[in-house]
Amino acid sequence: MNWRGCYTLFIKEVRRFYSVILQTVGAPVVTALLYMLVFGQVLSGQSIQGVSATAFLVPGLMMMSIIQNSFANTSSSITQSKIMGNLVFLLMTPLSAFEIYLAYVAASLTRAVLVAIVLYLVTQIFVTVPIREPLLVLVMLILSGGTLAVTGMIAGIVANKFDHLAAFQNFFIMPMSFLAGVFYSIHALPAFWQKASYFNPFFYMIDGFRHGFFGVGDANPWVSVIVAACFFVIMSSIAITMLARGYKIRD
Amino acid sequence: MNDIAISFQDVHKRYASSRALKGVSFDIKRGEFFGLLGPNGAGKSTLISITAGLARATSGSVAVLGHDVVTDYRAARRALGVVPQELVYDPFFSVREMLRLQAGYQGCGKEVWPWIDELLERLELEDKGADSIRQLSGGMKRRVLIAQALVHKPEVVILDEPTAGVDVELRRTLWNFTRELNQAGHTIVLTTHYLEEAEELCDRIAILNHGELQVLEDKTALLGRHPYRFLSLELSADGPTEELPSHVERLVEGRHDQTLELKLKQGEDFIGDVIEGIRGAGYRIVDVHTREPSLENIFVELTMDHGASHGQAQSEVSA
Repeated sequence: MNWRGCYTLFIKEVRRFYSVILQTVGAPVVTALLYMLVFGQVLSGQSIQGVSATAFLVPGLMMMSIIQNSFANTSSSITQSKIMGNLVFLLMTPLSAFEIYLAYVAASLTRAVLVAIVLYLVTQIFVTVPIREPLLVLVMLILSGGTLAVTGMIAGIVANKFDHLAAFQNFFIMPMSFLAGVFYSIHALPAFWQKASYFNPFFYMIDGFRHGFFGVGDANPWVSVIVAACFFVIMSSIAITMLARGYKIRD
Repeated sequence: MNDIAISFQDVHKRYASSRALKGVSFDIKRGEFFGLLGPNGAGKSTLISITAGLARATSGSVAVLGHDVVTDYRAARRALGVVPQELVYDPFFSVREMLRLQAGYQGCGKEVWPWIDELLERLELEDKGADSIRQLSGGMKRRVLIAQALVHKPEVVILDEPTAGVDVELRRTLWNFTRELNQAGHTIVLTTHYLEEAEELCDRIAILNHGELQVLEDKTALLGRHPYRFLSLELSADGPTEELPSHVERLVEGRHDQTLELKLKQGEDFIGDVIEGIRGAGYRIVDVHTREPSLENIFVELTMDHGASHGQAQSEVSA
């Protein structure tokens, strides 16, 4: 294992997003805050799953940000390196497929965790959100953020231009995460959409994560952990195989 | 295997609609300055990409210092530094940061930082370390790429057209630098379109053409195997207008004002006969120059397609 090489790539990726931190951390926090202020105002006085609607929104918005930023970090970095041609610097080094995978996913998770922490701290000005099961919060954060980081990696490898990425992000990641129970409990939905939500992996990520804060949720938290873990393992296997075979990155 | 830097064994590379390499086999010896030449599309860059791990051979194998580039890629890539042809860079980092990162990927730590500073100095980039690479001129970017390939002190260095588009002064600097590297024990593999560069620097030369190895020889032997020499005659302006004798006319390669360019086959065409023939036709010779064949002549001769004109081949060389 080339630990130093892997760590260097991790640091490089962290510094890449850190150099544009207003865009990579600041912007998602502001967006999520705006959602909270607007929806919090609309839902003010109501309670969902026994907690105030404004407090209910916080973990959902945190997970939505984790999902979107984990995906954005790996996918944009890899696509940019491919388009600019500097991916060769990485491909010519003795880094293994697993080491490249690990470094990219860890850096992506770092950004997602940073966004989540900043968002949590800022929202505490407006509403108090407890953390009843910190371990569940942490596990869901790593599994969900990890899954999306790996998905972003696959998308970055497959995409030939930024337009492909934007399409995937806007027509898949964004609506699927938006409609996964960020703003509501799925029990408030009509029966059909309630059932449909159970086929959306992002629902488990958000619900399991929220369960860690309030100790209540729509689904069994173990099911959420298992679903997120399964997706993480499946997507990781695909990404590592693609990297090892050089799919679309080595001629 | 100890004296072999890079070994190519029956390397094939097939793309969807073409065959870039059709079974290339040869060895590059340790410590040599090796020239890899060929017209555009001959397969040079594909061969380098396979060696560097940027592409996979369809069949066959490549080993660097005895390490297979696929099964033992870590050792192979540690032994290898490649300067890519394209001026690629990462816009997020300064020159020094980029070099340190590249060293880190190779598994090297702070112990190579003094070497990185030395590289910057030797490549005349010492005052550019803190600059973003995108602010640098093309020639400076090229030097950063060279430094990047050397951060981990690889024994084998491949330079893929390092002097393309650089000015004469920088070309000289790079020639001296690569010579010094070679003298310090590094094996240097150079691809270039400037044939005088290969002639000046390389010990041995391979010429690839249409994905096949056409020639692999010592430079002097290669130059010696060209059976021609060139004769340039300046004639007096007040000479006759008659045609030249046929045995001279068939040797004429070009005419510019009063100068005749002739190509003589060694052992068959003799300078004395040519001069006598011209004088016999009433011309007065003002000046005489002879020239030995250059690598460019040999290259054109070897890579010219059957039926293609000399002009076509010539334009391919200078493309």
